[in-house]
Amino acid sequence: MADVTAFKAGVKPRNHIVYILTENPVSIVAIAGFAVIVFAAIFGPLVAPYDPLATNVAISLHPPSWDHWFGTDQLGRDVFSRVLVAARLDLMISVSAVALSFVIGATIGSAAGYFGGWTDRITGRVVDTIMAFPLFVLAMGIVAALGNTVENIIYATAIINVPFYARVARAEAAIRRTAGFVQAAKLSGNSDLRILATQVFPNALPPMAVQASLNMGWAILNAAGLSFIGLGVRPPTPEWGIMVAEGANFIISGEWWLAIFPGLALMLTVFTFNLLGDALRDIVDPRQRT
Amino acid sequence: MKTSSLPLISVQNLTVEFGTREGPVTAVRDVSFDLARGETLGIVGESGSGKSVTSFALMGILDANGQVAQGEMTYSGIDLRRASPRQMRDIRGREISMIFQNPRSALNPIRKVGLQIEDILREHAVAVGGHARRQAVELLDRVRIRDPEKRYHAYPHELSGGMCQRVVIALALACKPRVLIADEPTTGLDVTTQKTIMDLIRDLATEQGLSTILITHDLGLAANYCGRIVVMKRGEVVEAAPVDVLFGAPRHPYTRALIEATPRRSGTVRALLPPDDFRHGQPDPKPRCRALSAPLLTVEGLTKEFGAEGSGFGWLPWRKGVETDKAFRAVDDLSFELHAGESLGLVGESGCGKSTTSMMIMRLLDPTQGSVRLDGEEISAIPSSKFARHPARAKLQFVFQDPTDSLNPRFTAARCISDPILRLGKLEGGKAVKARVEELADLVNLPLELLSRFPHQLSGGQKARVGIARAVALNPSLLILDEPTAALDVSVQAVVLNLLADLRAQLGMSYLFVSHDLNVVRLLCERVVVMRAGIIVEEGATDQVMTTPKTAYTRELLASSPEPPPTLGALEAAE
Repeated sequence: MADVTAFKAGVKPRNHIVYILTENPVSIVAIAGFAVIVFAAIFGPLVAPYDPLATNVAISLHPPSWDHWFGTDQLGRDVFSRVLVAARLDLMISVSAVALSFVIGATIGSAAGYFGGWTDRITGRVVDTIMAFPLFVLAMGIVAALGNTVENIIYATAIINVPFYARVARAEAAIRRTAGFVQAAKLSGNSDLRILATQVFPNALPPMAVQASLNMGWAILNAAGLSFIGLGVRPPTPEWGIMVAEGANFIISGEWWLAIFPGLALMLTVFTFNLLGDALRDIVDPRQRT
Repeated sequence: MKTSSLPLISVQNLTVEFGTREGPVTAVRDVSFDLARGETLGIVGESGSGKSVTSFALMGILDANGQVAQGEMTYSGIDLRRASPRQMRDIRGREISMIFQNPRSALNPIRKVGLQIEDILREHAVAVGGHARRQAVELLDRVRIRDPEKRYHAYPHELSGGMCQRVVIALALACKPRVLIADEPTTGLDVTTQKTIMDLIRDLATEQGLSTILITHDLGLAANYCGRIVVMKRGEVVEAAPVDVLFGAPRHPYTRALIEATPRRSGTVRALLPPDDFRHGQPDPKPRCRALSAPLLTVEGLTKEFGAEGSGFGWLPWRKGVETDKAFRAVDDLSFELHAGESLGLVGESGCGKSTTSMMIMRLLDPTQGSVRLDGEEISAIPSSKFARHPARAKLQFVFQDPTDSLNPRFTAARCISDPILRLGKLEGGKAVKARVEELADLVNLPLELLSRFPHQLSGGQKARVGIARAVALNPSLLILDEPTAALDVSVQAVVLNLLADLRAQLGMSYLFVSHDLNVVRLLCERVVVMRAGIIVEEGATDQVMTTPKTAYTRELLASSPEPPPTLGALEAAE
């Protein structure tokens, strides 16, 4: 196939992104969805029609109406406002958790992949140990032990995500350890750490970015899950997981809107991040460049 | 060559297009050729010439985005272009079969080779049951595999590259096809293996009355095994002629340039350049000889063993006495000297330890034993991990075999070249570094506007130049060249070899030229060392080794490399 490649002109990055987007319209949906989520996270509290914490028992458990799009809960709080405002907290938790696990996982993973030997063996076993636990139970244990705060949810989510990044980073670094350009960098007088930082890591970044995006939805789900079982965020703070948990009690009596709307928000957010991850993979994966 | 009124395969005005996002790209344009019964036809061209695409179109195995836009292809009267997929399946393998470049990837890695041959026999209903097994063993025997009964049970990874290619040939010939298309069948194999494989293909073709199409980039190889050669360039046929006519009186300038660029047993570096290059015919640049008294590089008793380290658990009580794998000696007690300004060739086939040796001298690998002295200073004692900041680092530089793999895909050409200057150079300030990078680009004839490009936006030859510019950036006293032209087309190889000759004359470096090809090494080196299985089998002045080799191995090596017939110009010059 070498004969064919010679005919290909260099494709500019911007054209490439446009091409991917037109080839796969779903990625446009993903980007649009992402924009909506980011908007809600930044401006949610400003555009919310009601105070998410203001109780008014007189209008408790009203079904969705023009005044209250998503209805009201048992304390008369506006569900729509609460769902909107909760976006910031959920996103904050998952972004910080993913960022933290990205940094830790990338560091130990690429070091393990690049240096190999004992570094690899030790980090490999540590990562395997984390993976050996049921991850959600591990997160529960961490939050229960450290205390019921938002920071601890972030730490717990980060720790259970570290293995995924470490593995991707290790694999990417290991295949580049023997690459010609790494050898060339050694000949140019670069130290191992510098090679790791300037030569190996930047080349391992694209697949890791994809992993991060795919992981994001999972992190949101994880944080919501912790709140759902009563660990982490405490009422009355608006948060999707806790809202689903509280609303679940009312489903049997027919007040479905309490749990459904935050649940939908959660689902759509996770879905959006997964689609975004796919789109990102298309953009950064050189094999897609036909 | 048998003369027959009707050609077996006839290709008329073939045009193949590939659909890309920039619209259709024509890979093959208006190609016509005939293959007569019993004939061996060579299709020769450099990468991008469309020679493989032509054969893929013929076999109906173009990629999904490729299509035959125009032209006719017939195989003994059958219209290949309009044949149904079912008909094509029957023709492929049974009538026309194909051998690909990488034999290992053509075989199923988890199935015994004998069974794979049986599969083909069953698929085309040539044989069944125990009969198929017997035929498979027979086929293995026919492709000269020793002990075929035993090899029947071998998995591809247990066989060498040459053996795998024999199995692939057995697969291709299993159903007694009438046409064999061999697409670069020996690229990536050693020259001695290449010779045995090509001889095998030729002999089998004569035995079975096969017509063969040999697709190759190597004009010398095609000249030795083909009756007629079609030369392709950028998807078009530039010339088609019998071998002696083609070499005796090439009509097209491209053919002439290609013939000139093919390295031979004699001739100068300058003569490789196309005839219209002003340097063609000039004398070769003379290396700047410095004092020959003290050797620049002394290698003594250099030895490298692999696989002796064990698992690292040897200290555990229950692991005591457990034998670890026996160490493999890749390089065994190697000693040689290299003087300042001199160039030494290190020649051998794959696995002979030449790359390991160069890596040890380069201090990327720690030797098990022995010493390496540069300018009298012992450098083998410093661990390779600590050598990066050693003052001797700048004196020892390396040009890599694969120009693509050796450049960081995220660095621009300028950034690649400036890397050693930033780390080890004594230049201060961005301006000085930039000036030096431009000076280096000038030195290797790399247009300055290419400096801001990324590796994937450069051609193979341009990438090779970036690699060379980076290697000479620190004015090294010794440059190790590890097959620097193996991944390049011959015309680009000619330019790069000339560049290396010029640089040596200008900068006065010593070269340690590592290669499998004596014809290329000869062009730059005054002295050669021939290695085999980790030891030196022959050492001496290049001319003497080339003309009067002392050992059988060197003789075999020389006899194996295909020599193109002399050109008319060379014949006239000799008279």
